[in-house]
Amino acid sequence: MAQTSHGVGGVGYDAKKRAWPAEINVFLALVILVVVFELIGRIFLGDSFLFNTRSDVSGIFNEARLQIIILQVSIVGIIAIGVTQVIITGGIDLSSGSIVGATAMIAMSFAQVATVNGNPNPKAMFLAQGWTDLPVIVPLLVAISCGLFAGLVNGALIAYTRIPPFIATLGMMVTARGIAKWWSKGQPISFPTDSFAAIGKGLMPVIIFLSLAVLFQLIMTYTRYGKHCYAIGSNEDAARMSGIKIANHKILVYVIAGVLAALAAVVLSSKNLTAQSGMGVMYELDAIAMAVIGGVSLSGGRGSIVGTVIGSLIFGVIISGFTFLRLDAYYQEMVKGVIIVGAVVLDQWRQRLRAMRA
Amino acid sequence: MADIVLKTENLTKHYGGVHALEGANFELRKGEHVAIMGDNGAGKSTFVRQITAVEQRTDGKIWFDGKEVNFTGPIAAREAGIETVFQNLALADDLDVPSNLFLGREKVLFNLGPFSILDRKYMRKATEAALVRTAVKIPNLSNTIRHMSGGQRQCVAIARTATFASKLIIMDEPTAALGVQETAQVENIIRTLKDNGEPLILISHNMRQVFDLCDRIVVFRRGRIVANLRKQDTDGNDIVSYITGAKTGEAELAA
Repeated sequence: MAQTSHGVGGVGYDAKKRAWPAEINVFLALVILVVVFELIGRIFLGDSFLFNTRSDVSGIFNEARLQIIILQVSIVGIIAIGVTQVIITGGIDLSSGSIVGATAMIAMSFAQVATVNGNPNPKAMFLAQGWTDLPVIVPLLVAISCGLFAGLVNGALIAYTRIPPFIATLGMMVTARGIAKWWSKGQPISFPTDSFAAIGKGLMPVIIFLSLAVLFQLIMTYTRYGKHCYAIGSNEDAARMSGIKIANHKILVYVIAGVLAALAAVVLSSKNLTAQSGMGVMYELDAIAMAVIGGVSLSGGRGSIVGTVIGSLIFGVIISGFTFLRLDAYYQEMVKGVIIVGAVVLDQWRQRLRAMRA
Repeated sequence: MADIVLKTENLTKHYGGVHALEGANFELRKGEHVAIMGDNGAGKSTFVRQITAVEQRTDGKIWFDGKEVNFTGPIAAREAGIETVFQNLALADDLDVPSNLFLGREKVLFNLGPFSILDRKYMRKATEAALVRTAVKIPNLSNTIRHMSGGQRQCVAIARTATFASKLIIMDEPTAALGVQETAQVENIIRTLKDNGEPLILISHNMRQVFDLCDRIVVFRRGRIVANLRKQDTDGNDIVSYITGAKTGEAELAA
């Protein structure tokens, strides 16, 4: 192609005005929060939040606390990975907590042992059918199918009936909770096989959470799926005109969110060695909060899994910090609420500021 | 004729009882820049929507690139080589320049269905090449569209048409929302396209722009083509007479 003389430079544009990744702000918030707890601890309690102060334990850091910080947010964190993708496409998923409840009940029923202390398992759902002591792959596949089905219903409702995601997933939230209660008529389901119990043992939830986070961060950055998530969230009409199959993509996003919620259910029920119909209540809101605190924009198009992971750590630090300061759990909830709203307000301000400078 | 890029015959579109477009006969030759003018509701955008298959026509035939065509949708039209710069910029604000240029037709390294790995290096190189071809200068390709001025956004939208081997570019009021300097920038890009021999249909209300950039002016009024004039055979007042209906144009077209 011939070079022509008509070229003109960028108008009113500064190359240095490059977007400062939102994740760095979130990370700074995390650091500040830790420092605040550390200072309060040193001044008022004469104890350290982060560092090891016990002579009978080796190590620089208080490893037990660090483990708890991340362990207590790992399960909701797994849900938040899916919720982040949903929010990036401009949607919302209110059903994940209830999907956890229903999936835990159903999957656990396929993970029960036949005998407890030499007697037939009194809690076994399928004792008569002989579906006990099944290999761990069975409850896993059952769980994944549950999440897949719930996500498929969510996605199909949103993509084809065009009802708002809020309503579609609200319906699923109520229905799935109903299924969780109906499944065993409100009875808890207990006594899982050793192999099922191993899934949520010790630091396994953390390993599963972080592995899934890395996997989906890579998917969001390097695959067509990720690119289209951001495209749909930032301008759905543009995405449609560019030939992206919006309906298919949305269904896939909700299916992934459903399956991740189901995996969280497996880890949770395995860790607790029991499944109850009330499991996962409010998890959907905690997951949304983690994403929002992590810089995921509720209007879609912006955010990342890395941000959500940092957001979940902020959550964990708050809970651990309040326990460290020996404050009541009630205060945790109050502060959590304030932080969620604060994070969104800050994001709005940042956007407005940027729009004014542009 | 071999040098005709686009030809329509009796192109008609009715929305129920509303005759938005009535028997439009239109021709565009290789390397030609044609302006479409007319009042609001005259049928300009309707005409374009039939060609790009955003809507399906009621009647008439379309030839493109030597063949009679029946596009099933805008994607099919685009794949055939018709690139459109929409009035409402079809860009994703939160994506960077290469992602926007390749939106919906990403180049992949490994095909894994929806999880196909993107060839980011290739797309970046191709983006740079397209910006050179259209003489668009964007200092930082990794910046998201959100951080760019209206003119730069429009430039990106136009550069997108040049990324792929387009045979026809259609622009629907590309400078309507831009300031003076930014309009100049977009107009320069259109001149570059002319130098490169890329045929163009430009919908515009700006008389000066039309006379500056185009070889021929087609005027729509009440769903019909009322004038088809070479730039040197007409002037602003003449065009306005056709747009407002002071001249009907039937005599000229018949001649």
